[in-house]
Amino acid sequence: MADHLGKVVIPGQVLKEFQESEATSKVIIGPGLRRESDLILASKAGVLRHKQPNFYWVDCRQKRYVPARAEHVIGIIAGKAGDVFKVDIGGSEQATLSYLAFEGATKRNRPDVKVGDLVYARLVVANKDMEPELVCIDSNGKSNGMGVIRDGGFMFSCSLNTIRKILSPDCILLKTLGKSLPFEIAVGVNGRVWVKGRSIQETIAIVNAIPSIEFMNNDQIKTMCRKLFDALTGFD
Amino acid sequence: MRETPLSNCEREFLLLAIAHKKRIDGRQVYDYRRLKISFGVDRGCCHVEMGHTRVMAQISCEVTPPKQARPTDGVIFLNLEMSPMASPSFEPGRLSEYGVELNRILERCIKESRCVDTESLCIMAGEKVWTIRVDIHVLNHEGNIVDCASIAAIAALSHFRRPDVTVSGEDITIHAPEDREPVPLSVHHLPVCVTFAFFDQGKYLLVDPTEKEEKVMDGKMVIGMNKHREICTLQMTGNMLLLKDQVLRCSNIAVVKVAEITEIIQRALEQDSKARSSGKKFGFAESLQKDKVTINEMDEMVVDVKDAVDQAREIIQNGEKNAVSEVADKVNMKVTLKGPGTGQIGEGGPSTWDVDEEDEEEMHPAAAGRLTGQQLRGTAPVEPVVLSGDSEEEDTVTLLSEHLYTEKLSVTKLATEGINLSSAIKLKSKKNKSLKSGHTPKKKRTERTS
Repeated sequence: MADHLGKVVIPGQVLKEFQESEATSKVIIGPGLRRESDLILASKAGVLRHKQPNFYWVDCRQKRYVPARAEHVIGIIAGKAGDVFKVDIGGSEQATLSYLAFEGATKRNRPDVKVGDLVYARLVVANKDMEPELVCIDSNGKSNGMGVIRDGGFMFSCSLNTIRKILSPDCILLKTLGKSLPFEIAVGVNGRVWVKGRSIQETIAIVNAIPSIEFMNNDQIKTMCRKLFDALTGFD
Repeated sequence: MRETPLSNCEREFLLLAIAHKKRIDGRQVYDYRRLKISFGVDRGCCHVEMGHTRVMAQISCEVTPPKQARPTDGVIFLNLEMSPMASPSFEPGRLSEYGVELNRILERCIKESRCVDTESLCIMAGEKVWTIRVDIHVLNHEGNIVDCASIAAIAALSHFRRPDVTVSGEDITIHAPEDREPVPLSVHHLPVCVTFAFFDQGKYLLVDPTEKEEKVMDGKMVIGMNKHREICTLQMTGNMLLLKDQVLRCSNIAVVKVAEITEIIQRALEQDSKARSSGKKFGFAESLQKDKVTINEMDEMVVDVKDAVDQAREIIQNGEKNAVSEVADKVNMKVTLKGPGTGQIGEGGPSTWDVDEEDEEEMHPAAAGRLTGQQLRGTAPVEPVVLSGDSEEEDTVTLLSEHLYTEKLSVTKLATEGINLSSAIKLKSKKNKSLKSGHTPKKKRTERTS
């Protein structure tokens, strides 16, 4: 096991010698690993990662989203069906979003949502047996940043591991970009990102910058942001 | 499959950007995406990448009778395949309306422009001509399939070599590629399609639209042209009206673009022919870039070789000892003949699939895995299959083991004798009288293998 950490594993590869945590002698296996009787196999191709004390998972490159509970996603309203909106979140099934799942929405006070709008919502039901369900309020009834995304900006898609990378506290991309080009951003873990910059040119620059950092380390990201800002200020 | 809908946010931003002469990928309004042409090891196989749009064309040839109306002309057949691999909006099987339109544009561009000389494809007037088949597969749809496909088709046609033919009187000899060097098709010119996308009733125009730009466009115009400024095909689609000077402006832009693209195609063809003639490697594997991060690469590992020499010596010594016993084993391996053209060496193991309890008893007598040719053929008592009366075939014949073959026959005799159907059919009349209903699938399986 120790020799596989940080190396690429392929589906079907048997992995041994997991380090258990001292408190509970358990090993927690995460995405990309599965258990078959007493063997642990990799089920995805990627780099095997480890977090102290006993978390193991496979970091793989994936573009297709599989809905999971409590994740924040960006959806596109695809249609209306009775009392609910049908929302495309990039999964195999369209999700449902009730009219009443918005802040301050009542039966008399319908939310102002049209087909084709972008919504930032949270998944409350997401398993392989049912249609996913979204809500735009948290458990207290407040919107907390969720809801319809209005006033311009642009949405683009990138791979799921890029999303996780930009959301991780180690990655300096959003901070570095924000220092020179202020922008508004909404990141959905279904691979969709909405960005709004000060002008069309800056928005396009950010839209191209984010997917490019997929394989860069922090130094390369810094260099890329510097070059980007130089190019932008050079041509107005 | 359901395609992702285009959101209002994306649509508005794209139209706003285009009005400001800006494109999402940072290109200029009249710029093409990066074009990459690579050829496969087979002659006539061409793969074109235009940004993320990928199309592959393959040329093949066949000798066929000519068309009635043109007895001295060869035939060119073009087929465009748009499978769901390229885009979730493509349905498998029949081409959608969009696909039929693209197919028609490509046919007009390649066939009706007479870029390939069909008279040179004639072998014997009125009887035999070459049919050249152009199969174009769209591998990924990221906008502007027509341009990509036309480049792939014409590059593949220029790359293709057909077998050499000699006609002496009534005898036609088609030489194999090993005997005589295959001959290129006679391609007069290279027609290439250029697509223009129009926005806001023709006010703004883009060259080489991406998929998102295609979704928000009002209409498009495709101009097929060669580098001699000859227009081969012209098509306009969508609900918009264009002025005369707009069409002329587009054709002038197309002249410039076609010249650049033709240059790229010819350079790619030259590179490929140089690689082939100088003995260097060619084909798709060589066209992959090795310096990209997504290509597999492992860091150098330090390998401990201190004991390697001793280990190797040990292995060789052990190997020599085992080699003698291995040869003896090989002599014992027997080939059992199971039928014409089928032999069996060894046996399979027991089935590792989970079985239901009810089927387990039935499985054991067959003892899956313990079946060998001898057991199936004569020694194990196998009941003949009885057919239920509701078979839809008019004449049903049950082939029993005695009609097929016996162990004593040698392999050559099996080939000539084959299956003695006549005796089987005679037996059928007797069988019909004793039809019973109900047979287990298990028994039928063992019967077929015997």
